[in-house]
Parts: sequence; C-alpha cells; structure tokens
Amino acid sequence: MSDIRTPDAHTREGARADVIHDIGYRHYEGPRLGPGYATRSLYTSSLRGAFGLGRSGKSKILPMAMCVIMALPAVIMVAVSVYLKSGKLPIEYTYYLTIMQFVIAVFTAAQAPVLFSRDLRFMTVPLYFSRPLRSSDYVRAKFAAIASAIFILTMLPMLIMWIGSMLGSMAFTYNLEHFGYGVLAAALYALVYAGIGSLLASLTPRRGFGVAAIIATFMVSQGLAQAIFGVMRFKGHEVSGHWVAMLNPGMLIDSTVQWIFNVPNDRPNIGVPSTLGGVVFLVWIAVLVCGTFALLVRRYRKI
Amino acid sequence: MSVITTDNLTKRFPRVTALDHLTVEVQSGVVGLVGANGAGKSTLIKILLGLSPATEGTARVLGLDVATEGGAIRERVGYMPEHDCLPPDVTATEFVVHMARMSGLPATAARERTADILRHVGLYEERYRPIGTYSTGMKQRVKLAQALVHDPQLVLLDEPTNGLDPVGRDDMLGLIRRVHSEFGISVLVTSHLLGELERTCDHVVVIDGGKLLRSSSTADMTAYTQMLAVEVTERQGEPEFDADAALLARLAEAGLNATVDGGHVVLVELTGDEVYDAIRDAVADLGVGLVRLEQRRHHISEVFAVNPAVEEEVAHV
Repeated sequence: MSDIRTPDAHTREGARADVIHDIGYRHYEGPRLGPGYATRSLYTSSLRGAFGLGRSGKSKILPMAMCVIMALPAVIMVAVSVYLKSGKLPIEYTYYLTIMQFVIAVFTAAQAPVLFSRDLRFMTVPLYFSRPLRSSDYVRAKFAAIASAIFILTMLPMLIMWIGSMLGSMAFTYNLEHFGYGVLAAALYALVYAGIGSLLASLTPRRGFGVAAIIATFMVSQGLAQAIFGVMRFKGHEVSGHWVAMLNPGMLIDSTVQWIFNVPNDRPNIGVPSTLGGVVFLVWIAVLVCGTFALLVRRYRKI
Repeated sequence: MSVITTDNLTKRFPRVTALDHLTVEVQSGVVGLVGANGAGKSTLIKILLGLSPATEGTARVLGLDVATEGGAIRERVGYMPEHDCLPPDVTATEFVVHMARMSGLPATAARERTADILRHVGLYEERYRPIGTYSTGMKQRVKLAQALVHDPQLVLLDEPTNGLDPVGRDDMLGLIRRVHSEFGISVLVTSHLLGELERTCDHVVVIDGGKLLRSSSTADMTAYTQMLAVEVTERQGEPEFDADAALLARLAEAGLNATVDGGHVVLVELTGDEVYDAIRDAVADLGVGLVRLEQRRHHISEVFAVNPAVEEEVAHV
C-alpha cells in the first residue's frame, strides 16, 4: 500500500507552493523597540503624510503645488539674474520668505489639520495612547513632523537661490552668509508656523474648521499688522510702529533676523524699534514656539 | 496566574464616583466584565492601561503596577475601544502595520505580524481596500487585529459585538474564544449582553455603580437549580381541558411541590430521582404529550434581581 501512495504523496508535495496552509497562531519573540522607536516611526509617517506620500493621489496635489509655487519665483529670479549676469540676486534670502509667507500659511493651514485633526476626527488617538507611546511623545512626533515639512518647503527656494548664486558666479562669501540667514529664518518660520498651526488644528476634529482657523489667523495678523504700521508710519511714528511685527509671524521673523545680522534693508515695514525691541522680538519668538508646544502637550494630556 | 488584581480601587470625578472601593482578582482565560452604562467599565479599563490615575487603591496588570509601570503594561496589553477608531482612507494592512510599529515592532516584523493577524481575524483580499468600504463586522475585525498585532499577553475588548448583526456577533464571539484557546492570550471583554457572556466567558465579573456585585465562574453562575421545568401538550380534541391544572393537581397528589411559571411551564421541585418517575406517571395517566422535561439553570441576570432598575437596563438590552 505504501508503495502505491508514495508517488502520489510526492506530487502533492510538489503542488504545495500554491496552497495557503493554516500554520496556526505564532507568538512574536522578536524585539520590542519601545516608545523612542514608536515616536520616530510616527514622526516619519507623519512627515510623509504632510506631503501626501503614502496617501491617495488627491492628497498629494495641494502640498506638492505649494512646493512648486514656493520654488518657481526663485527659479525664475535666479534664471534672469544669471542670464543678465547681474552679479547679485535682486532680493535678500530672508525677504523672499516674507514675500512668500502667504504660501507658507496656506501649506500650514492645509497640512497641520492632516496631521492633527484626522486622528481626533476618527478617534484614533486612544489607540496611540493605549501603546507604550506617551501623549507627549505623540505631540513631539507630530509637532516635529509639521515643523520639518514647513522647513523643507521654506528651504527649497533658499537652496535654489544659493545654488543659483554659485552658478552665476556671484560673490561667494556674501551669498553663503546670507544663505545662512535664510536658513535661520526658514527654521524660525517652521517652528512658529508649526506651533500656531498645530495648536489650532488640535482644537477641532473638523479638518475644514482647522484649515479656516489657521489661514484666518495668519491672514488677519498680517493684514492687521500692516494696516496698523501704515497708519503709524503716516503719523510719523515709524520706529515705534515696528512693535506691530509682534502681531505677525512673518514680519516678526524677518525683522528679527534682519536686526541680528544687520542685513541690508530697504523696506520700511521691516525693522526693530530698538535694541531692546530686538531682544523682545527674539524672546517673543521663543515664547510663541514654547508656548504653543506646551499648550499642545496640555491639550493631549486630557485625552 | 492572576492577570488583573485591584485592591480598593477608587476613582472619583468631581461629580461622580466611577469606581467605589473595587477589589477583584481576574485569572487568565476569557473574563467578562458586565455592568450597565456608567457602571465604571470604561473607567476601569483606562486605569488598567495606566492612562488615568486612581484616586485611591491599587491595581496590577500582569503583575505590573498601573500607577508606575504603565508603559510596560501597554507594551504587553492590547486594547480594542468601543467607539470607531479607524481612518476610512487607508487600507487595513497599512493601518495595522502602522499600529504594530507604534507598539515597537520593527518594520519587517510589523508587516509579517499584520499579514498573520489579519488572516487570523478573517480578513483576506479586502485588507488591501480602504477601511471606509468595509462592513461593520469587518471594521470590528480590524479593530481586534490592531489590538492583537503586537502579540499581547492580555487584550481588553470594550463591547466588541456592538452594532453587529446576529451572525456577525456569533463570528466575533467565536473569534474571542479562539484568541484565548488558540492564541493563548487572556481576554477581558465588556458587554451588557449577558447571554453573550454566558456563552463566551469562563468567568464573569459584575459591577454596578462602581461596586463589585459578583465575581465568579460562569459555570457557578449558570449552575443547575433544583427545579424541573415540565411542559405538556393539550389533550387532542378537548380544547376545554386544562392540562396544566390537571398535571398540577396530579403532582400535588403525589406529594410534590409544583407551581405554574407563566406560560405553559410547570415547575417542580427536584427532591430526588423519584420525582422523574412521578412526572412520567402523571403525564401518562393524563394522556397528554410531554414536550419538555429539563432541569432549570441559573442566569447571570439573576445577579441583578436584587436591583430591578439595573436588571431592566442590563439584562434585556
């Protein structure tokens, strides 16, 4: 009997490759990497999510469009300067970011709710907190992700301008220094915008409300600051008028970086009221970043 | 081995006391946690996960203190919440892999475990579709999968059969039994459906108003009573003949303690084996058909009988 069955058993053995066998439940014996690893994983996936990577094609459109809009004027500007052999970029690195702060605001408004409101809306947050991750780890990962995303967005034109300056054989040291100021400004933009954007996004599970609240905050603050400054300048209080920069993140960062490095400046609305004012601006930036982060941590502690 | 122990556990919120000096010990196996809405089930789960500090008393999960070793507990415990918690625009695979990594599993292990566990909970090809397209039953399976993906020693399941139809409910209960019998993972499952727990759990803990009402094995709770239920047919062609009354009279004659329990069921006190003979003889003499003769069981709902308000809310939902 066994002689008859042997070839049969062999053919079955050969056919096994395409059969799914129920091998039963297997326990996991491998490493468990703890909250640090989980925080880094959450940071990476959130950063990718901020650009729509690993998500649907539709969710890539807006962040990618913002990157293009952010970089395109820089490309054109560099191309023209190189072509005309002007030997100098037409505008300062830091000023470019101030001009484009609308784009940074739209990017923050669109993507901060992607990272924060979604987890609240779909009530996924309790699943994170029932794992080794602490609520402060969650906030750190998400905050770092949105800040990094904004930093990447703002660094794009800085890099284009700097590389362009080298291609056009412009003054190397000058451009390196001023590129450095641009990097600092980009980092400050990333931190301040991430702070304000994350905090507002974390307050509502509705993504639409989050987007509206963030964009309104940035736009209103910019409009208000410029209007007040305009009036004060008209009345002859230009110097003290610089205090209004505290109302608007863009003016605040531009003025502070301009003051620290004494960057050439021909724009009346950018500047610090006094040395004390500069120090106050610097402290105010720190307060904005740390304050919004602390409020975020507090907001998630209750969940 | 005791999986969960609480000692004088108390949780007070500004306006209510959610848990009131709760002392209970839960062994490994499938354990049901019963209580009306607001009885303190969810509060207890939060404390056991180390997410909410107790006002008073202590609790240990897998031998770890909830107050100081919350992180270690959450590494070894899985949690399936009662509410929806799934983003609709990602696939089950993506979601469960992400959650596995959040539990500290390296990327490759996370993918392998996800494939395994989704198969175990019964999700096959559909795991590559966005979760938004799933039925409630499939979503519950994803929720269970994310609680099991890191191979915990204990899972806390909060109302896992909520919103499921009868077939889906049976599937889920079968799955919960397998989690313990095949996967070797202890289960604490909350429900307000007592029938479900009678069928699924080895042990049932009943809490009410944050206090322990009873904690005992399901076998004890559903033990046989000393009562026989007898049901007979009417006599054919004689609709005016009251078979129940006649049977009652015959049994009384035979010296048995019999009563009519609602409908057509006659309850007879079981004092010895001769009771069966007496019933047989009575039924044969009357010439009626015997439909049912069984020993009555206790029901978990009787635990609530002392408090009719709770019973109404819990037992009949």
